[in-house]
Formats: sequence, C-alpha cells, structure tokens
Amino acid sequence: MDRAIRSRAEALKTHFETAGAQAIETSILQPAEVLLDLYGEDIRARAYVTQDPLRGEQMLRPDFTVPVVQMHMAHGAEPARYTYAGEVFRRQEQATGRASEYVQVGYEVFDRANPAAADAEVFSLISAPLAALRLRAVMGDVGLLIAAVDGLATSEARKNALRRHIWRPKRFRALLERYSGTSPIPETRAALLASADPFAGAGLEIGLRSRTEIKDRIEALREDQKAAPLAGQDVVQINRLLSIKGRLPHALAALGELSRELTAIKPAVAQIQERAQAMVSRNINLDEIEFEAGYGRSSMEYYDGFVFGLYSDDAKLPPVATGGRYDALTRVLGQGVEIPAVGGVIRPELVIALEAKA
Amino acid sequence: MTLKLGVPSKGRLMEQTFEWFAARGLKLSRTGSDREYAGAIEGLSGMELVLLSAGEIPRELAAGRIDLGVTGTDLIREKLPTWSDKVEPIAEMGFGHADLIIAVPALWVDVDTLDDLDAAAAAFRARHGFRLRIATKYHRLVREFLRDNGVADYQLVDSQGATEGTVKNETAEAVADITSTGDTLRANHLKILSDGLILASQATLFQSQTNTLSAADKKTLQAFRQMVNG
Repeated sequence: MDRAIRSRAEALKTHFETAGAQAIETSILQPAEVLLDLYGEDIRARAYVTQDPLRGEQMLRPDFTVPVVQMHMAHGAEPARYTYAGEVFRRQEQATGRASEYVQVGYEVFDRANPAAADAEVFSLISAPLAALRLRAVMGDVGLLIAAVDGLATSEARKNALRRHIWRPKRFRALLERYSGTSPIPETRAALLASADPFAGAGLEIGLRSRTEIKDRIEALREDQKAAPLAGQDVVQINRLLSIKGRLPHALAALGELSRELTAIKPAVAQIQERAQAMVSRNINLDEIEFEAGYGRSSMEYYDGFVFGLYSDDAKLPPVATGGRYDALTRVLGQGVEIPAVGGVIRPELVIALEAKA
Repeated sequence: MTLKLGVPSKGRLMEQTFEWFAARGLKLSRTGSDREYAGAIEGLSGMELVLLSAGEIPRELAAGRIDLGVTGTDLIREKLPTWSDKVEPIAEMGFGHADLIIAVPALWVDVDTLDDLDAAAAAFRARHGFRLRIATKYHRLVREFLRDNGVADYQLVDSQGATEGTVKNETAEAVADITSTGDTLRANHLKILSDGLILASQATLFQSQTNTLSAADKKTLQAFRQMVNG
C-alpha cells in the first residue's frame, strides 16, 4: 500500500473511531461459497477466485460488507458501529482503466432503534471529511420500488418475480410488459398451455430437475394465465416513480404527489422524509443532494433501502464514496435473524488524487 | 524478419485452412514427419508458418508473438477481453461454423426461452437449495450473455469436454456449448433454447494489433492482405 494512501486511510479510520466506531479487521481470503451464493455468478466476473487444496475455492475479498456482517452476527453486541481500512480486489474484464486493487475505509452501523437517524449518521460521517472536494451527492432508495411492487394488484407469484428482478432493470421491464399484456405470451408457451398432454414427445427423463418440478411449473404458468393483466395505470405509475429525479426537496415533493395515487409507497416516502429531517439536524443542506428514484438498482443486489454515492466532476472516475442500507443481506446471512444495517466506504486514493488536482 | 502466420495444427480445421489459402495462391504445408509441428508457406516470401493449437492462437495474437492467425471467433471472444483492441478480423473463412448455444433437457417442455430458464432457475434454487448449474468452458461469454438478458439464480460449472453428458451425469442441469449440427445435443436428450444463441462463430483470419512491424514486414503484410482479400 502506498504510504500516502495508508496514512490517509488511517486518518479516516480515526475519524470514524472518534465518532464511536470499533476498529475491526477481516481476512483477505474469503470462502467463495458464501459470496457466490449471495451474489451469484456475476461476482466471479468481479472477484479473484483462487483454489485452496484444503479450504476449497477462496476469493480475495471484493468488499468488506459480507465478512463484517458475518462477524457481527457471530459475536457482535447490539447496537454496534464498526470501522475498517484495507485493500479490496476487483477483477476488471473491460479496459476501463479502473484499479483492480484499492483501499476502502468503511463505517457500518447495526442499530434497530432509528433507521432514519442511522442513515443520516452514515451519510454525514462519510461526507464530512470529503467536504473540501465539493463532491456531487446522489441519493436513492430501493425501498420505493420494492414498496410499489408490493402494492400491485396482482398475484403473489408475479410480485415475487418482480421483486426478484428489482436489481435487473431489463428483465424487470420485460416482466412488467408481459404482466400488463403489452408484450404477447411467447408462442411456445401458449402452445404448451393449450396442449392436452404437455409431455407428448418430451425427451428421456434425465438430470436433477424432475418431471414433478416441470409439472409444478406448468401448473404455475396455468395459474399465471388466469391472472388479470396489470392495469396500464400501474405500469405508468411505476414508470413515473422511476423517472423522479432532482434536488432532494423537489424530488420529495414529487414523491409526495405521486404517493397520493400510488399509495403503496407512502411508508417508503415517509421514511425518506424522516431521513431528510435527520440530515437537516446534522446540518446537511438538502438542496445539495440529488435524488434519483432509480439510483442503485444496477449495482450490487441487497442494497434494499437508502443508497448514496459521492462523485467528482471527472466522469471517468468511480465514485469517491458509496453506501447504503442492506437489511436483506443480514437476513440472508443470519438465516432468519435480521438486523437493520447501513454503511458506506471511502476510497482514500481517489481523495488524494482529487486533492492533488485541486 | 518474417511475418508469422499461426494456423491450427491438426484435423479438419487445419485441412480446410490449407485449402482456403491454396485457393488464394498460398500453399501451406507441414514439413518433416507427421508428428512434427513445423510448416512452410509457398507463394509469398517473407512469411513463416507456425502450427499451433487453435485454442492458443488468440493468446499468441494478443501477445504479438504471431502476426496473423486463424481461429474461431468464439475463442477470440472468450479468451481476449477487449478483443477488438488486440486483434482485427481480416477475413471470415466460411468454414468451421459453430454456434455457442444454451441447451436444456428435451424433457423440460416448460422451458423454451431465457425467460423460462430464469423462472425455472428460481424454482430450482428454492427446491434444491443451490443454484441451477450450467456446464460450459465459455465462462466469460455465457456469463455476459446471461447477465445482459437478466437471468439469475444460475451458476457455471466448468466442463472442458463431453459437456453434453453432464446433465445425464447430474453434474449440471443445463449446458452452454458449441454445436454445428445439433446431433450431439439430440443424442444426449438436450434441446436448444429458442433465444439461446450466444454467438455464431466461424473460422476467421485475424491480424494482431499489438505487434510492431518492420518496413519489410509491412510490405509483406500488404501483399498478403491483397492475396487473401483479393
């Protein structure tokens, strides 16, 4: 690690410790299985995987979140605040010129008491040491779209499918179009459902996916066929929601207006309102925050609420800091035990580079 | 200096490559014994023939150790991230056609599209407790294709050969592999997804973009390109 980066990382870590965080360390080598199970195959494109003869597949840590959550779940007392500094490793499959090894300094909060206050706390502690860089702050909330999906007047199966693809905008859109009847049912599916014996001419029974599983899916497709199409209005409202963008106070007004029709998002909007108030009481100027309702959807899964990023003018540079709420991740890693969690990371080498330019 | 042309060192692909160049006035041949990988080019001076495994040709081109090479577009795309910075296709050769596709058991009457595959993968994971396995040796291409199409809840398992057999052996639920006629897939009770074509590949002549050529080599290259494209 470069000496300047190391000392800046230490300074940031001290800043978080002063705010009440406990400093922790995690191993660089992480069992691949947990990360693969969480993030799926895409993580292989982003992380270095290596083979250990005794411990099986290992990954060079692509981020700190998973080991920190695991450590907290295993022996943490609540509430807890942690800070850490160290390298993370990211494979770059495209020639973007982005670093494949860099330092992150993070701050994570596990606290059930007041989520809005915890969100504001993380945002404020991450942005304070970067104030001189005049970064552009972008904020979103994945909870809005989740709430809109939950509130749709449609079958639970369709809601589940949409929820599963919140983080894959293209498939999410394709599903919406299918469910609202704007895109037709694929011909082969229509033929299958019309057929008296779907298994006529089917091949030999091979593989783990059994005939019963196939029958179950056909049954699910039949059920789905019976479901009434989504009202065009619902799709329009979701599109309106996703297009909301602007300075936080304006965006909040637009969200408030939309929630009069799209009532399902009311609690999520109230949550953003509450967070905004908590930010004001930490002396954050809401006019300097851009809100984008669709922000954070195409980054890593499991950010399921508040999300934010701090950007420099240089569009080629990655965000200097990012963070968000990942309650769902704790639910998956905790096997049923859930703890509201929010955190963020700063990349000190970008801070130094930007200061040098200024 | 000489200009190095890398071609596949054995089998039908080598024969067809030789025929293709012969039709353009360049006589390629293997020299020495049957087992020795050495070759010669007649018809243009200043060139040298290098016989290589088709799978190694992308790497050699990218490193600039050969200046020209014949291999499949599938191998170039799989093995060379940002391939277009490293190699330039000069001519599609019209043989060695192969499609990289996704196939599932023919028994899966409910799965015909990627949308079906995604739904089946979700149900499979819920029932079996692990992600639906797709056997392949084309990890990068398959992963990018499935990501672009929003398919989730799958995992890739490595298979360097006899991939079509993995489903029956229960080491995978589906496969992503190269096929030309589909016969091997059918014989193994598999069918191709209707929108599961990842890449249509054929034997292609590539030029390296990473090497530096002498003036003499540049002249040879010009003459060579005239012969093959002429």
